[in-house]
Amino acid sequence: MFDLVSFIPRAVMQGIPLLYGSTGEILTEKSGNLNLGIPGVMYVGGICGVIGSFFYEQAVPAESMNAFLAVGIPMACSLLGSLLMGLLYSFLTITLRANQNVTGLALTTFGVGVGNFFGGSLIKLTNSEVPSIALSATSAYFSKSLPFAGSLGWFGQVFLSYGFLAYLAVIIAIVASYILKRTRVGLQLRAVGESPATADAAGINVTRYKYTATCIGSMIAGLGGLYYVMDYACGVWSNNAFGDRGWLAIALVIFTIWRPNVSILASILFGGFYILYLYIPSGLDLSVKELYKMIPYVVTLVVLIIVSMRKKREHQPPASLGLPYFREER
Amino acid sequence: MRNLVKQIHISKRTELPWYKAWAIRGVAILLALVACALVTMLLTGENPISIYITIFEGAFGTARRTWITAQDLAILLGISLAVTPAFKMRFWNIGAEGQVLIGGLATAACMICLADTLSNGMVILCMILASVLAGALWGFLPAFFKAKWNTNETLFTLMMNYIATQLAAYYIIVWEVPKGSGKIGIINQSTEVGWLPQIGNQYLLSIVVVVILTGFMYLYLSRSKHGYEIAVVGESQRTASYAGIKVDRVIIRTMVLSGAICGLMGLLLVGSINHTLTTTVVDNRGFTAVMVSWMAKFNPIVMVFTSLLLVVLSRGASEISSTFGLNHSFADILTGIIIFFIIGSEFFITYRINLRKSVEKEA
Repeated sequence: MFDLVSFIPRAVMQGIPLLYGSTGEILTEKSGNLNLGIPGVMYVGGICGVIGSFFYEQAVPAESMNAFLAVGIPMACSLLGSLLMGLLYSFLTITLRANQNVTGLALTTFGVGVGNFFGGSLIKLTNSEVPSIALSATSAYFSKSLPFAGSLGWFGQVFLSYGFLAYLAVIIAIVASYILKRTRVGLQLRAVGESPATADAAGINVTRYKYTATCIGSMIAGLGGLYYVMDYACGVWSNNAFGDRGWLAIALVIFTIWRPNVSILASILFGGFYILYLYIPSGLDLSVKELYKMIPYVVTLVVLIIVSMRKKREHQPPASLGLPYFREER
Repeated sequence: MRNLVKQIHISKRTELPWYKAWAIRGVAILLALVACALVTMLLTGENPISIYITIFEGAFGTARRTWITAQDLAILLGISLAVTPAFKMRFWNIGAEGQVLIGGLATAACMICLADTLSNGMVILCMILASVLAGALWGFLPAFFKAKWNTNETLFTLMMNYIATQLAAYYIIVWEVPKGSGKIGIINQSTEVGWLPQIGNQYLLSIVVVVILTGFMYLYLSRSKHGYEIAVVGESQRTASYAGIKVDRVIIRTMVLSGAICGLMGLLLVGSINHTLTTTVVDNRGFTAVMVSWMAKFNPIVMVFTSLLLVVLSRGASEISSTFGLNHSFADILTGIIIFFIIGSEFFITYRINLRKSVEKEA
């Protein structure tokens, strides 16, 4: 029997980092920047949060920790780290007009390197005496769910059993969707992504929109890394544990055809694909689970192909995606 | 601040003489090395000179280390050569990772499944054919959809990477030895069936193959009709089709070639170097290759030096990490820094920055 009540919460917890990543990347791509550095940004977002709370936990004993600081410090560090990554990408691609693919890949190499390096060397570098990075006290604040969730049976388990970052992800996705579709700022941002020259002629500050969208996008994506370590992984950092979720987030952008509100359900669906093998009886044959893990990528590929075949205008990627803009080259 | 921004005027340069362009790149690399030394100094407390001595020791300290550095260089260079023709055509293939892995998977399949039925020579022949065909198929699919329906190739090839990874993961469990270990182990360890022959020592075969490949790719891109067509398609697809070049065919042909060479690298990795298959056998070199090729401006000869720079740095960085008990991802940080500097320096090669003097008059 397929146990839906235990399946959905696990799919959601897998899906939330993807939702953060894809919402951030959608905003970025809407401004015409294809940021392939998102996987790196998410690692940096995660590790900066870890570093922040590591120092806080070292300085303050667990009993006297302040809930506001315990949550606030990692979040601030995480946001700052991913903002710096976003700024680096923006500076190279927008101001210096570097190739976006190469910059993005370099950012991913760098970011994953930073994450694994500090994750693996933080204890050595600070000469502390703990055996591993396990921020359980901080994690408890992050994964605290509503107190009455447990008493509401299946409803509580499916809808109310998550830490606050999970709800924040949904709120951010809805807000991003609203801004993109219904506000003037969103309209101008989309104009920048479709045709920067036209937007420029209409008096829109292309550079500012691109910078802002890319940096905010990075910060949102970085929170995905933070959610993963603090809530999903219970505050334990292990190298490469985050895996290829960053690339999966980029896949989600295509899968949802650049719509953050669709991404809420789609990311949970992808999260479900990720753990589906646990719920499908495959006997003792462990190999099949590797094939199940392929499903999200195959599905994305099929969507990508169908979208390009149908050529519906509202389903296409932003027209200037991946191209630098130089005013004097029009 | 606003005033300053207004005073800076950026314009495109006309062709910069090659020696000036390379001087700018040289300065960028020097600055990057200084930055790398600074970062290392902050983390380890060593002085920069001894850091670079450690890096050099790590890459060339003993004969064995030098050979391994050369072998790493060969593989990275080979993959970079493979992605280059597609890039020259402005086809953003970031799927080299998957194309190499699928070639390696095909190689391993031949080594494991044919070892009992065919002679050693036949097995090796099958390995070569299978790896090249598998890589070519992985290159053909995105090219076909790009040519027919203009499907975004960056995202397509990215997805193909993970499909290859999961396929490899699946077969690794199917073939695992011993059962339950999740690893294949050394394939045909006792019989050595399907191990590519050694020439001189165990490292030389890959190096020789890649040296030949470098020469071939240089001639192919700069002297052949195909290479010319690739360059025209890369400059402007419209011009190419006016000139009677069949753009679809060039795209598919070039990507099949790219994929096939990647497959060949997979053959070397599995058949000659590792004699086993893991999902991480390519070790992100498919992505690094994109940067190597781009930094060298798609010139195969220059690529030798850009890949040498990255390989020496990464082997040196692992030496530093071992010496100071730090994590081995240190190499990735240094690689990132170097690439950021080189990417940034391109701006100063392509554009000229003029400072306007009389702002008030203009306003």
